[in-house]
This record gives sequence, C-alpha cells and structure tokens, in this order.
Amino acid sequence: MIETAIHILLLALFPPLLLGVINKTKAVFAGRVGPPVLQSYLDIAKLLRKGMVLSSTTTWIFVAGPLVTLSAIAGAGLLIPIGAFPAILAFKGDFLLFAYLFALARFFTTSAALDTGSSFEGMGAAREVTFSVLSEPALFFAFLVLARISSSLSLDSMLRVPALGLAVGTTAPLVLIALGFFVVLLAETCRIPVDDPATHLELTMIHEVMVLDHCGPLFGVILYSAALKLFLLGAFFLHLVAPYSTGNPLIDWPLFAAEMLALCVVIGVVESITARLRMRRVPYLLVSAILLCGSAFILLVR
Amino acid sequence: MSLELVLAAMALAISSAAAALVLPRASSKAQGFSAILMVSSMISGLAGAMMRLFGHADSLCGFPWQAAGGSAIGLDALSAFFLVPIFLIGGLGSVYGMGYWRRERHPRSARPLEVFWGLLVAGLCLLVIARHAMAFLLGWEVMALSAFFLVITEDFRHESRRAGFIYIIGTHIGILVLFAFFVLWRKATGSYSLMPIAGETIALGTMGALFLLALVGFGIKAGLMPLHFWLPGAHASAPSHVSAMLSGVVLKMGVYGLLRFLSLIEDPPAIWGVLILALGAASCVLGVVFALGQHDMKRLLAYHSVENIGIIFMGMGLALMGRSSGDPALIVLGLAGCLLHVWNHSLFKSLLFFGAGSVLHAAHTRETDRLGGLAKAMPWTAATFLVGAVAICGLPPLNGFVSELFIYFGLFGGLTRGGAGVSIVPVAAPLLAVTGALALACFVKVYGAVFLGLPRSPAARQAEEATLSMRFPMVILALACVLIGVAPGLTVLPLDEAIAPWKVAGGARLPSLASLVPLDALGGFALLLAVLCAFLFLVFAGKDRSRAVKGSWDCGYAQPTPRMQYTASSFAQSIVGLFSWALRQRVKRMPIKESFPRAASMQSHVDDAVLDGILIPAFRRLEGLSSWFRRFQQGLAQDYILFIFITVFLLLSTLLPVKDILARIFAR
Repeated sequence: MIETAIHILLLALFPPLLLGVINKTKAVFAGRVGPPVLQSYLDIAKLLRKGMVLSSTTTWIFVAGPLVTLSAIAGAGLLIPIGAFPAILAFKGDFLLFAYLFALARFFTTSAALDTGSSFEGMGAAREVTFSVLSEPALFFAFLVLARISSSLSLDSMLRVPALGLAVGTTAPLVLIALGFFVVLLAETCRIPVDDPATHLELTMIHEVMVLDHCGPLFGVILYSAALKLFLLGAFFLHLVAPYSTGNPLIDWPLFAAEMLALCVVIGVVESITARLRMRRVPYLLVSAILLCGSAFILLVR
Repeated sequence: MSLELVLAAMALAISSAAAALVLPRASSKAQGFSAILMVSSMISGLAGAMMRLFGHADSLCGFPWQAAGGSAIGLDALSAFFLVPIFLIGGLGSVYGMGYWRRERHPRSARPLEVFWGLLVAGLCLLVIARHAMAFLLGWEVMALSAFFLVITEDFRHESRRAGFIYIIGTHIGILVLFAFFVLWRKATGSYSLMPIAGETIALGTMGALFLLALVGFGIKAGLMPLHFWLPGAHASAPSHVSAMLSGVVLKMGVYGLLRFLSLIEDPPAIWGVLILALGAASCVLGVVFALGQHDMKRLLAYHSVENIGIIFMGMGLALMGRSSGDPALIVLGLAGCLLHVWNHSLFKSLLFFGAGSVLHAAHTRETDRLGGLAKAMPWTAATFLVGAVAICGLPPLNGFVSELFIYFGLFGGLTRGGAGVSIVPVAAPLLAVTGALALACFVKVYGAVFLGLPRSPAARQAEEATLSMRFPMVILALACVLIGVAPGLTVLPLDEAIAPWKVAGGARLPSLASLVPLDALGGFALLLAVLCAFLFLVFAGKDRSRAVKGSWDCGYAQPTPRMQYTASSFAQSIVGLFSWALRQRVKRMPIKESFPRAASMQSHVDDAVLDGILIPAFRRLEGLSSWFRRFQQGLAQDYILFIFITVFLLLSTLLPVKDILARIFAR
C-alpha cells in the first residue's frame, strides 16, 4: 500500500525534475550557470494559474489534445514497474497497452496541432508521425526479445529479466535492445540528435512546433506530459541497463531516483556533445535502431 | 426459431426491394417505406443471429428447390456471426440513404439503388446460410451483380462506369475460379454440400489445388493485396452508403468463404497458415502505404479496407497454424482476432464511409486538399468520424485495439512457452505495429485536412451539418465502437461459439477466449482512462478559466490565407518518400526558370501498383498482339455468314469417315 502511494507520488512529482537536470547539465557543458534545477516546477505552476488564449481557428480538439495526451501517458505510467518495485497494474499483454497508449497520445497531440491550421504545426505533426513509423517496429522487436527471454507477456516480469542475472545466450540480445531502445527514447522524447527542444526556429522543430499555439494551463499540461513520458521511457531503459536492487525499500527508492538523475545527466551530455541531425538523416538513425533490435531477435531464433 | 427469423429478415429485404420497384419514383414516402422494411429486416435478422450466438442450437433445413439437388440451408454460429454486419449495415445504410440519396434529388437513380440494395442484402444472407454449393453460388452471384449495379448508380460519370467495368471483370474472374473450386470439391468429396467431411481424406495434391483455388477466388472478393485491383475504384465511385456496404460487409464474404472452407478441413498442411499470414502482413502494410498516397478521401478509405483485410487474414493464418500444430490457444486467439476484426472493421469502416458521405454531401468534393475546417460546421459528423478514426488506428480504448490485441497475443504466444524452437513468425508483430503507426499517420492526415484548420475552398466554407437520418446511423455505429472497446467481455460468448467447431481433430474442447486474454482488465482500464480524461477536462478546461480568442500564430506574417495551411499531401509527403520503392508517385511540376517566375503549379498522383502498373499495361500488350484478328472483324454480315459456314463445314468434316476413305484410296 505504502509502496503504491510512493509509486504514484513519484509519478506525479518527480518528472519535472528530470528536465531541470538535463538543462543544468547542458548549461554546465556550455559554461553557463543555467536555470535552477527546480525551474520546471515553477514554470508549470505559473502556467497552471494563467488563463487561456485560444486560436479562433480551433475546435474542442485543440483543448482535448493535451488532456487526452496526459491521461494516456499517466495511464501508461500505471503499467510500468519502477526500479525494484512492481507496476501498479499488471496483466497479461499490458505491454501492448503501454505502446498503444503512447500512440493514442500521439494521435491527439498531432490532431491538436493540425487544429490550428498553421503550416508550422502541420510540419511538426507530419514529422512526429513519420518518425514514429520507424520507432514503433524497434520497440516491438525489443518487446519480442523481452517476451522470449522472460517467457511472459506482462511488462512487470518482462522488465525483470536483466535483474535475474544474464545467461550466455541472452546477454547479447539484451545489450542490442538496450542500444536500440536508447535511440527510441531520444526520438520519442524529442531530444537531440532527433529534435532540439531548445531551438528557436520553427522550421527545424518537431515537438515544440506542434504546441506553438498552446499556452497557459494547457501548455503546463504539455510540459508535464513530456517530462512524464521521459520518466516512463527512462524507467523502462533503466531496467535494461541498471537492474540493481538491494531488497531494502529504504535504499531502493533513492537508488532508483539516483539512477534516473544519472540517466538525465547522460542525456544532457549526449545533447551537449552531438549536433542535431538534418531531418532527412533522422530516418537512418531510427532504422539503425530497428536493425539493432531486429538483430537481437534474430539471435534468439533457432 | 433463429433460422426462421433470419429467413423472415431475408423476405423483408426482398419485399423492400419490391416496394421500391413499384412505388412512385420521386416520392420520399416510398423511400421511407422501403427503408422501414429494411430496418425491420435488420431487427429480425439481428435477433435471429444474436439468438444463435448467445446459445441457441444450430438449425438446418432443406432448400426447397429440386434443381439444386437436395441442397440445404442452415444457421450455425459462423453464419450468425457474419449475418450481424450484413443486417446491421443493411438497415442503417438504408436509413442513411434516406438523407444521402433522396428520391426527390435523384429521381432517376434512387429507385434502382434501393431495389439492388434490398437484393444485395438478401443475396448476402442466402450466401451465408447456404450449405450447398448451388445455393452458395446463387447468393454469391446475386451479391456480385447487385453490387455491380450499385457501383454504377451514377452511370453518367465516366469514372463510375470504368470502376464498375473493372469490378465486374474482377468479380467474374473470382466466380470462375470458384466454379472450378466447387467442381473439384465435388470430385474430392462426392457431394456439393458444404458439410464437414466425415473421416474421408482428400489426396494432398487435390487439397493443395482446392486451397489455391479458394485463396484466389475468395481472395479477389476480399481484396487481398495483389488481388485488390478492382477495389479502390469501385469503393470510391459508388454512393457512400454503398461504399460502406461494399467495404464493411461484401468484402467479408471472401473471408467468410475461406473460413467456411477451412473449417471443413480438419488437418490443414502447415504451409497454408504461413502463406495466409504472410499475404495478410503484406496486404496490411502495403494497403496502408497506398492509402497514405491518396488525395481522394473515399479512395483512401478503400485502401484502408485492403489494410484491414490484411489484419483479418493475419488472424486467420495464425488460427490455421494453430490447427496444423495442434495448439488450441493459437486457434482461439487467431480466429478470435480474425472474426472480431470482421465485426470491428464493418463498424468503423461503415462509420467512416458514412462520414465521408456526409462531407461529400455538404461540400461536394472528395478531394482532401479542398476541404478543411468542417468540424465547426458539422460537429456531429466530426465527432463520430473521430471515433471511427481512433478505432481504425487500433488505439485503446476503442474496438480496433481489442481485435488487434488478440492477434498480437497469438503472435507473442509462441515466444513465452519456453524451450527451444522459436520460429521467425513473430516478426509479423513489428509489421503490425508499423501498420498501426502508418494508419495513425493516415487518419491524422485525413482528420486534420478535412475537419480541422480553415476551409480551403468556398464549397467547404458553406458546408452544413448532415440531416438527422444521416447522423443517426453514424451515432449508432460510433456507440458500437465504444461499447466493444470498453466492454470487450461482451464479445466472448459469440466468439467462443463461432470458434468452437475448429477444435483439433480428436482434441478436447477449445479453451474459452476469456481464459486467454484479460478482457476485464482491459475494459476496466478503458473506464479508468475515461474517468481520468473527464477529470482533467473539468480541472483544466472548466468554465471558470478565462479565455481569449485570437488568430493562430503565424510567425509575424500579416495576411495568412487558408491556402497556406499544410495540406494533406504535404503531411503525407515524408512517409510517401520513405516508401517510394512501393508507391512510385508521379509528380508533375512546372520548373522555375526565370528570375521572376509566373504562377507555378504542381500535381502528384499515386497509381495502383497492380492495376495501373501491371494489369492495364499487360492487357494493352495483349490487345496489341491480337490486333491481327481485327482483319476478320469488318462488320460485314456476309463475312460473318461465311465464317459460320466455314466453322460448320469444319465441324461437319470431323464426322467424315476419313480413315475409311483413306483406306479405300490406298486399297486401290
């Protein structure tokens, strides 16, 4: 019971911190002081208190976009185990729901973008759906590998596999899907080298340009959803690369938090030392993720 | 009792056609009367089918027609399962037609449309309850011909005539193959009746031939990928409620025929399942890719039917593989996915075609790039179309997700059993995921271009909401999509009933679907999602928030026009580029040469790979090769009489005792 409460509190309160840590890392790399680590909390709190400015072009879809997105991503949050702790809801096949809830979020985010009738937002939406066509098969190959190794169809036990120790035959596939999933994580959370969350030119953006017209509480919801998505995919990724636990909850919760923050530092470092790819180069990166996860599956076929 | 209700429904459908034929040609009351008969046919037919699906026993009775050689009709769970979409769309479509194809506005074409609509429903019903090849083919041909006349409703348009012509060629190639199939069936089993073969074994070669004939004959009707060439044109140029019927129901008869045949074979070779799965996977990825390249809203929806038939065939392939390998769980999951997707596709595809019809009715164009902003003028159509779009992308919490989930379970199931031996088959799972992502792209494109943003043409600006009789069927179908999505447990009993005859030879009863898939958890999660969503709406979009309304952010540009919006074509361009190896988009653009260029233009078009890429060039060449036959075709009656004379002479000369004559000559 207490664990579930901590789980939900962590889902609700932790994500904005991740954005702060990434920004701080990038600032340190660039030799700047950077905004405070807790800045995202203040931003979201400020936005939620504001009124809304809506475009005269829009319909209710525009308002529904961020809200359905948040519900879908929060729903996905109930399905994923965090660190050493089980998922709040676990049933056979929940990984499919997990993947398709992100797709539901994508449907409404991109539709809300098209609702404004702005070319920029259409452009961002087109890029978002195009790149997801390539990241989806990579994710499903990863699922195939995890289902095969764990002999299970529930995220809760699929993601436990690395923690149970590595057999000779399963190490290589797990390393490959960890690499592939990291690319998917960067693409899905709109980080460099796929998308630059800090860029200032609409023509080069993906996620930021889709939400140009959202402001006030809706934009606060969008910022929070983006952070939550990063948190969930990060938690997924940590199961693959850092499946450590001590068995003592008092140590395991801080351990998970520390791992997550370390992941953010890594993402910040990646963002600082690589340049964003040209748009037409992004598919190559994503196809390489498909190939990594696909070869992981082929290693298991015999 | 259930069979009697279905027969009554069939009689009502025929009487609706008869009423439409005799009543005055421009009276809306006549149309209303025939629609009432169709709706009562729907109620009676659905009642009969539901009674069978929820537990009544099978029924069988002789078909009172001696010429058919003691044939029979019957109602089992599989028939009942396919009768549901037939009568549902049959009834709702005729209500929709009252607003969409009013007799006052179409005095010439409304009457034949209603007549053939009733006949089509009756033919479909006969096909599904037939237990003998003769009755089956009779129903099949009634269906094929009524569908032809429905496709050419607007026969004054060249496009419709061409589509109808290609359709009738396609469907008759199919029926010829089916003739061959049934003759071979008779030869192999000794009878024309469609009953399980008791203990007899058919030679492997004959089985293979039967399977290939069935796959081609039924595959043409279903619109499986290389055999889909007739489909996009026919579905795009028919009136929208006819498109809904063709896409939602008539295609499924191919699926039904194949399932009926396969259910009679107890021990299919393993390769059948793999072949069907592979064809299904190819069909769903390529179908949706071609859909993305389309600019015509209804043509796009037609290609999505190819995609969904692919998903249905994937489920069928899994079930067959389960039957070959004696894996009951795989049979149940594959077949449940296949059958439930048949229902789901008929619900959301009809809904989408009805929606496309309302748009066409209001804005007089099917070109997505001339529409836009209709959500404001047509809130009901926009909301129900959204439900259909989310459902067809297979997203939770709607019905499309449930049937795709069954197929995913079937694909992943083999992996979890442990032990050695993982086949390559699960690779179909990422393909299904790609299909889902592409479908999402496609429907965001359609929804965004048609309903969101600003109107791109004057016609779209003046659009008005559809009439009540058009909105009502859309609302019913949208509710059905939501119902199956949030309460998937309701479908367990019908699916278990329809799957039951597929048990492995000598095996025990198949496990219930409910024991294989956590449907209650799924339904509960859907409700949770809805509650969460409603809560967020109350908190963040409540009435107490201050709102200001301004124009969209235009980057400081002073005079944006609706034509500057991102079009559907530009939205899809990057994906079309990714799949250029399959699509071969033709682009016609005027090159810019001068320093101050004049008005430029650009056109793009995606041809159908099979029809425009292979069949038409091949037939052109055949036509060229056989052109020397033309010198015999001069149109002179004397010539033809001469030809007849020569033919008769040659035929008679075969009767001459040539041997005797030669013998006599040489004897001398």
